[in-house]
Amino acid sequence: MPQVVTDTVFVPRRRLRWIDWVTTTDHKRIGIMYLVLTFVFFILGGVEALLMRVQLSVPSNTLLSGEHYNELLTMHGTTMVFLFVVPVMAGFGNYFVPLMIGARDMAFPRLNALSFWLLLFGGVVFYATLFWQPPEAGWWSYPPLSSIQFSPSGGQDAWIFLIHLTGISSLLGAINFYATIANMRAPGMSWGRLPLFVWAILVYAILLIIALPVVAAAVTMLLADRHFGTHFFDPVAHGSPVLWQHLFWFFGHPEVYIMVLPGFGIISEVIPVFSRKPIFGYKAVAASTAVIAFLATLVWAHHMFASPVPIVVLGFFMLSSFLIGIPTGVKIFNWIATLWRGSILPTTALYFCVGMIAIFTVGGITGIFLAVFPVDWQLNDTYFVVAHFHYTIFGGAIFPVFAGIYYWFPKMSGRFLNERLGKISFWLVFIGFNATFLVQHALGLSGMPRRIYTYEPNLGWSTYNLISTIGAFMLGVGVLVTIVNVARSLKVGAIAGPDPWKGNTLEWFTTSPPPPNNFDVIPRVRSLEPMRDIRRQIERQTGATQKTGGGERFLRA
Amino acid sequence: MGCTLLLAPVASANFIGPKAGGSPNANQISSLYHIILYIAAFVFVVVEGTLLYSVVKFRAKRVRHAAQIHGNTRLEVGWTVAAALILVAITVVTFVKLPSIITPPNSSAAISYQSASVNEPTPPNGKQLTICVTGRQFIWMYSYGAACDKHRWDAKLPYSYQQMVVPVHTTVVLVIQSIDVIHSWWVPALGGKVDAVPGYTTYTWFKALHTGLFHGQCAQLCGRQHAFMTAQVKVVAPGQYAAWLKQQGVAINAANDQVGTLRQMLTREGQL
Repeated sequence: MPQVVTDTVFVPRRRLRWIDWVTTTDHKRIGIMYLVLTFVFFILGGVEALLMRVQLSVPSNTLLSGEHYNELLTMHGTTMVFLFVVPVMAGFGNYFVPLMIGARDMAFPRLNALSFWLLLFGGVVFYATLFWQPPEAGWWSYPPLSSIQFSPSGGQDAWIFLIHLTGISSLLGAINFYATIANMRAPGMSWGRLPLFVWAILVYAILLIIALPVVAAAVTMLLADRHFGTHFFDPVAHGSPVLWQHLFWFFGHPEVYIMVLPGFGIISEVIPVFSRKPIFGYKAVAASTAVIAFLATLVWAHHMFASPVPIVVLGFFMLSSFLIGIPTGVKIFNWIATLWRGSILPTTALYFCVGMIAIFTVGGITGIFLAVFPVDWQLNDTYFVVAHFHYTIFGGAIFPVFAGIYYWFPKMSGRFLNERLGKISFWLVFIGFNATFLVQHALGLSGMPRRIYTYEPNLGWSTYNLISTIGAFMLGVGVLVTIVNVARSLKVGAIAGPDPWKGNTLEWFTTSPPPPNNFDVIPRVRSLEPMRDIRRQIERQTGATQKTGGGERFLRA
Repeated sequence: MGCTLLLAPVASANFIGPKAGGSPNANQISSLYHIILYIAAFVFVVVEGTLLYSVVKFRAKRVRHAAQIHGNTRLEVGWTVAAALILVAITVVTFVKLPSIITPPNSSAAISYQSASVNEPTPPNGKQLTICVTGRQFIWMYSYGAACDKHRWDAKLPYSYQQMVVPVHTTVVLVIQSIDVIHSWWVPALGGKVDAVPGYTTYTWFKALHTGLFHGQCAQLCGRQHAFMTAQVKVVAPGQYAAWLKQQGVAINAANDQVGTLRQMLTREGQL
């Protein structure tokens, strides 16, 4: 039976040695190294979170001291933001942007390798502090707490260097993505035929280029304050701690969208494939990505509603934060409309997409509460905020990461992940996540501030905290199941063909895993869904319905 | 032990809305919160309901062929406008409610008042009680009296730590400062939080609606013992407040005299 013609060139497949990985400039290997490394950091950050949850599970717990708890909360936040969520998206981007646009590599392959190694060095510099004194001023490192007077240890300096190293890594990566997407698209792939994941990575890159120099300047000023006698943030010498807040959040809020936009991109790729429908409102989804990115640079002070900021300014930032809810809502509506009247294949990847929409919607709605500044005066810096941003980041970025793993693992390894383990993992993560974070809204409303290492038993917080801790462990087990699934499927997973899901985009045009040159022939792109066109063309010419490498088995259920 | 905790009554815990009931501003924030909550609940049910319906109804085993729809401009414009209208409604409600949250009402109890400075929020009749709140690692200090600058020590104003005592039905304006790192003043039932930033002075107010004890704590990470930087506001009858203030003043002055005497003695003996 005729099939999609793919790579038939003989490729010598020798076993890769470690030196092949260290010296590689192949975007696929760099992408895999990114994914593996960031998952190591994800596990470290997760263990830190579980330690904090154990400490808070019962009131007046003495497992951890205030010092160690503050170190853990700083490391958890910093790890998850700078060493997991942002670079894991670079990992997916590295592997799939060139494949999706029909390119043979990134624009600057060696720069790409440098990005990866800088990330690794950043992580090493930061985690080396475990052997002396980790930073403990939180991932925002507000001065004066992060000043030399109140944080004399080198841990704070290691944090500054982590920001610099991962910042340069992301910046070089962003330039590389931009150059690749702007210049190396397949013939016929106009901007209107760019896959939505590639749109998301493009906007992610632009936002990184806008936001990172600001935080780089801010941490350099902090470093100068700490060691070279300047007083940018020192109130005693008429410096301003509020200046730090403005600079940090001017970076920090775009950072939120840097984390979730690629996740939105993954969702926008996976849902159409498993609904067997084109994406609903391609232009609206692509445009809303750009609008979110623009507005993301105008909302930073909504993190500072309790700081000394004039009321008029608070009003402006309330309204700008409201505005960002509109394009975000448009995305959610379009995803649901894509599912509507589809023919939905209930794969694990789709489960994670639906879970993402369900959870991210809650995070979006609680965001409206927080944007109303008088209400934020009650909710800011409480567990309500902790719940809110985990609903947005875990929902908006990490659920899509899991969807991406289940969707693209067959392409990266040539084998399927186990669907049964995948479903188990999904339900553990989904239920565990909601058990952990839903009650944290109630904790915040009951007056529990964030970042406290213990609490008195008579405040009514004990039950919610215990539920939250139990949920966190369930969530942890769910993540482990997927990690086990990946390790197991590398050896025993069912063999996937080049196009197991009947995908829409060009990465499915090549073998699984793709050869080093990606494509021997790059097809001309005639629509948003080039693979669909190719399948149709073959069907027309041969009269044979195209089978897929395993997607049918979901139809039998 | 887990079971006993689960069965234990959830004392003073809130599930749906923020704490309120101690002061008009906290009540107004709570009512604003609840208006948004109703709108949010509606949006939540519509979005999650449609999502759930779609994934159950349009499974491949029921629907063999997906409808090949690429989009619908009218629908797209429709939900964009709908989302915008909801946000306009919340904006209007917020700005209608705002004055009652940020402007203190007149005091309704008859005690002697201190007048305000120009920057402070002030009730219409200008009569208020000013308390200076100073944050430091890891305790709150309150000095009673309008002078929130360095002269307060020379003036020998009465002060207290951790527990603030205030008269009921009286508009209390808090002048908030910090002497080391950033702290955040927050007693949930008495209104929202305000950061205490070194180098800045911030303000908030409350008007206790009934006597009682209100719990609060620092809401901004301020160091290793951040968890223990608690605050208590004890609301008493105006008479009791006046008596407490007088007694506190006497006690502080007596302690100051004692220290002075001790210092003189030590200086005489050459130990200081």
